[in-house]
Amino acid sequence: MHDMTLAAARKALSERKISARELVDHHLSAIEKLDGEINSYIVTTPEKAREAAQAADAKLAKGEGGALCGIPLGIKDLFCTDGVQTTAASNILRQFVPPYESTVTHNLLRDDAVFLGKTNLDEFAMGSTNMTSAFGAVTNPWQRDGSSTKLVPGGSSGGSAAAVAAGLALGATGTDTGGSIRQPAAFCGIAGVKPTYGRCSRFGTIAFASSLDQAGPMARNLEDCAILLGSMAGFDPKDSTCVDRPVPRYEDALNRGVKGMRVGIPKEYRPDNLPAEIAALWDQGIAWLREAGAEPVETSLPHTKYGLPTYYIVALAEASSNLARYDGVRFGERVPADSLDALYEATRHAGFGEEVRRRILMGTYVLSSGYYDAYYLRAQKVRTLIQRDFLNAFENVDVILTPTAPSAAFAHNERPTDPVQVYLNDVFTVPASMAGVPALSLPAGLDHAGLPLGLQLIGRYFDEETLFAAGHVMEKAAGFAKRPALHAGNVA
Amino acid sequence: MSYRIEGATGAWEIVVGLEVHAQVISNAKLFSGASAAYGGEPNTHVSLIDAGFPGMLPVINEECVAQAVRTGLGLNAQIHLESRFDRKNYFYADLPQGYQISQFAHPIVGEGQVEIELGDGTTRHIGITRLHLEQDAGKSMHDQDPTRSYIDLNRAGVALMEIVSEPDIRSPEEAGAYLRKLRQILRYLGTCDGNMEEGSMRADVNVSVRKAGEPFRTRCEIKNVNSIRYVMQSIEIEAQRQVEIWEAGGTVDQETRLFDHARGETRSLRNKEDAHDYRYFPDPDLLPLVIERDWVDGLRAALPELPEAKRDRLEKEYQVSRYESGILTAEQAIADFYETVAKDRDPRLAANWMLGDFFGALNRTGRSIENSPVSAEALRELLALISDSTINGKIAKEVLEDMVETGDSPSVIVERKGLRQVTDTSAIEASIRAILDANSDKVTEYRSGKDKLFGFFVGQTMKAMKGKANPAMVNDLLKKLLSE
Repeated sequence: MHDMTLAAARKALSERKISARELVDHHLSAIEKLDGEINSYIVTTPEKAREAAQAADAKLAKGEGGALCGIPLGIKDLFCTDGVQTTAASNILRQFVPPYESTVTHNLLRDDAVFLGKTNLDEFAMGSTNMTSAFGAVTNPWQRDGSSTKLVPGGSSGGSAAAVAAGLALGATGTDTGGSIRQPAAFCGIAGVKPTYGRCSRFGTIAFASSLDQAGPMARNLEDCAILLGSMAGFDPKDSTCVDRPVPRYEDALNRGVKGMRVGIPKEYRPDNLPAEIAALWDQGIAWLREAGAEPVETSLPHTKYGLPTYYIVALAEASSNLARYDGVRFGERVPADSLDALYEATRHAGFGEEVRRRILMGTYVLSSGYYDAYYLRAQKVRTLIQRDFLNAFENVDVILTPTAPSAAFAHNERPTDPVQVYLNDVFTVPASMAGVPALSLPAGLDHAGLPLGLQLIGRYFDEETLFAAGHVMEKAAGFAKRPALHAGNVA
Repeated sequence: MSYRIEGATGAWEIVVGLEVHAQVISNAKLFSGASAAYGGEPNTHVSLIDAGFPGMLPVINEECVAQAVRTGLGLNAQIHLESRFDRKNYFYADLPQGYQISQFAHPIVGEGQVEIELGDGTTRHIGITRLHLEQDAGKSMHDQDPTRSYIDLNRAGVALMEIVSEPDIRSPEEAGAYLRKLRQILRYLGTCDGNMEEGSMRADVNVSVRKAGEPFRTRCEIKNVNSIRYVMQSIEIEAQRQVEIWEAGGTVDQETRLFDHARGETRSLRNKEDAHDYRYFPDPDLLPLVIERDWVDGLRAALPELPEAKRDRLEKEYQVSRYESGILTAEQAIADFYETVAKDRDPRLAANWMLGDFFGALNRTGRSIENSPVSAEALRELLALISDSTINGKIAKEVLEDMVETGDSPSVIVERKGLRQVTDTSAIEASIRAILDANSDKVTEYRSGKDKLFGFFVGQTMKAMKGKANPAMVNDLLKKLLSE
C-alpha cells in the first residue's frame, strides 16, 4: 500500500481488493511511526477517520460512494473543519474549533473522502519554509544523499507536501497565495496544482491575502491531483469571487497529448544567476514536450521582475487587514490587560509569531494614508500589467513552462537570515498568482544531491485541462520514481 | 431672513453640512443572511460572518443595493452602475472584522439634491454629494457589569446608507427642514423608517462659521446626533462657540465633537492628531458592484409617488391650498388617507374635515394616522351623510366624536341616536311659528330693523329641533315667515 497512488487506491477500493478501513489504518499507523520525525500533522483525528472509513466501506459494499470514497487525505490546517481544531499554525488560534466546514473540505466529504488530520503550515500560510509554524517546523522527508541534515519542505503547504511525499496521506489540500502549493510540491517531489483564482471557493479557508489565496490539490502525481481538484472545485454562492462555471472532468484531459501545442518559454525567467542544474532541468522539460509533438516558443513576460515586490505589497496589505479580526475579543486566545488597546497589543504580540508580525506591520505601512498611492496603488497598477503580460503571452502560446523554484530544498539551519532572501523562493511562482492564472508543479528530476526539483506549467484562465495534458506528458517522460528517505514504506 | 450670529466684530454666517446615516429597511444584513430587525436579545441576530469568524466571506444582499438605488432616485441623484466596496480598517471592540466594509472611493450614488421649504414659505435646494452603502458596527455595553464591557453584535453588519450633503445649509432651521425632508423622502420610498429614537437615522453635523464672502474656515464634526431638535441646537451652540474662539483671536481646531444636550455644550471627542488612519483599500472579498441600467430603470418605474409630485397633484386634483397640500403629504399614510376620504366626495369638504376635526380628534386621543380609531372609509361615509343632507355639519361633529369613542360607523350612530336631519318643510315651519309666537316682541324689533335678531331665531329653531333641522331650509323659511 505504501507506493499506491490515489487513483490506484481508488481502483483497489472499488474492486474491494482493499477496504477503506485497512487503507486508513495503514496511514494512521504510518503517521504514528513516522510523523514524530516529520511533524507534518498538527492534529490527527483517528477516530473520526476510522468512522468515516467504515461509512465508506458500507457505501463501497453497496457499489455506492462518491469519487473519493474511502480515500485518506491530509487537510491543510488553514481549512476550517467542523468540530476539529483549526489553528492556521498560530498560537492565536491554538484552541479554535470552528462550528462550520470550509466549502472545499465540504466538497471532499461530499465525495466520501476520509480526513486523517490537519497538516502543518507556515503560520497563517506566511512563509516558504514551514519554519514559521507555532507547532514546530516540518521536516522534509527527503534527505541529501549520504546526509541526514534536516531539510525544509517548503511552504506554506509544507505539512501537506511532506505528508504526501512520506506516504502519510494519499493526497492533501493546500492553499497557494504566491506559490504555497507549487514550491513545497517541488521541494518534496510531488505534484501540486494552483487552480485559476475563483475556481475553488475560499469560504471557510482562513484568509491570508484574499485576492490571491486559492485552494488546490497536492498528490503523488497529476492524475491524483486531477481527481482531487474535480472534487474541490466548483461554484459557491458563499464566496463572491468564486466563479460559476462547470467543473470539467480533469482526469479526461490527462491523455490529450501535446501535439501542436505551443509551449511558451519566458525569457525573463532565466536570470543570470539561475543555478545550472535548474536551467538544465528546464531544458530537459522543453525537450520532453518537443519530443511529444509540442512546439516550444520563446515568449516574454516583461513585468516579471516586478512580480515579487508588488506581490509583497498587495499580499501583506490584505493580510494586515485579514488578520485584524484576531484581537482576543471573540475567539482564539486572549491575553488580559487593563485597557482595550492593551488587550489588543498583548493578545496580538503573544498570539502572532515574528514573521506574521513583520508582515502585518509591512502591510499596515503600505496602506497608511500618505503611503497608499506610492505603494498599494502602484502595486495594483503593476499587477494589472503582469496580468496583461500573461494575456498577451497566451495569444501565442497554450501553456508556459518554467522552473518552480530557484533551488532544491535547503536545510533548516541554512535558512537565510535575511527575510528578503527567503521571499526570493517565490520568484517563479508569484507572477501566476498575481495574474490569477492556473499553474502546477510536477516533480521532474533530482539535483546533484539527490533532491527533487520541480517544473512549473502556467495556463490560461480556467484552462487547467491543458496544464494537466502537458504536465502528464512530462510526468511520463520524467519517470520520477525515487522515494524520500523518510517514507512509510521504509518503516513498515 | 438669513441666520446670523452677531459677534463683537460683526455678523457671522454659519456653514453646515450633514452626514446622515440611514439604516436600510431590509430583511437581512448587507453581507449576511442574519436578521436586520431592531431589538432582540443581544447577539441573537448574528451570523458567523457578522462576528468575523475565520474564513467567513461577505456576499452582498441585492435588496440593500436596490434600496440604495431607490433612495438615490428619490434624491434626484446620479446612480453609478459600477461602484466598489472598500475596507475601512480600525480596531474597535464592536467592529468584529477589524474593518468596516464601506464605499469610499466609488459610491453607488453620486450627486443629487433636495428641495426644502422654510417657515416663511421660501424654498432652497440643498445639494447631496453622495450616498454610499456601508455596514453598521455592533454596540458596546458598558453598564452591564462593574468591571467588564459586553458587546452586542445584533446591529453589526446591518446596511446603512450614508447620505452626505454639500455644505449648503446656512441656519439651524434649514438643517431641521433638510432632515425632515430627507426623512420624509426615505419613508415615502420605504428605504428607511427614519426612526431617530431607535437610531435608524442619525446625523454627523459639520459646522463652521465665516464672515460673509469669506472662504470656508475650519469645521468641526459633531458625531451621532440623534434627533432633529438636537441637530438644530448643536449647530447653534457649536457655531456660537466657534465665533467666540475666532473673536478672542484663537483658532478653531479641526476635531470631532460630542453634543451634550443636558449641559447644552459640545465637547471634544478626539482631535486630528489622534485621528484614525483608516487605511482604506478595495475589499478583495468582493467584486466591483455592477448593476444594469435596465434594473435601475425598473426600480425607477416602480418608485412610489414622492412628496413633491404628490403635493402638486393634490393641489391640482383636489383644489387644496399649498399649505393644506403640505400637511396632507407630510406622510404617505396621511395622503393615502385623504385620497381615500376624498374619492368621489367633495374634496374641499374632505380637506376641511381631515385637517380640522379629524386631526383634532387624533391629537386629542394621542393617536397617529396609522392607528386612527376612525378609518378613512368611515370618515368618507360621514362626508357622504353630510353631502346627501342626512345630517348637517353641526350634527356631523357630534357623530365624529361618537365614532372616535366607539369606532361605530357614522350611519349606525345617526340611526342609533336619531340624528337624521329634518327636511320636512311643515315640521320646520311649525317649529318656526312656535318660536315666532313665543317671541312676538323680538319679531316686532326685527321687523323694525334689528336685523341681528335673525341669528337668534335661527338658534332658537335649531335648539327646538335638537340641531337636526336642515340649516338652509331654516334660513329660507325664517326669511319667508318673518317677511309675512
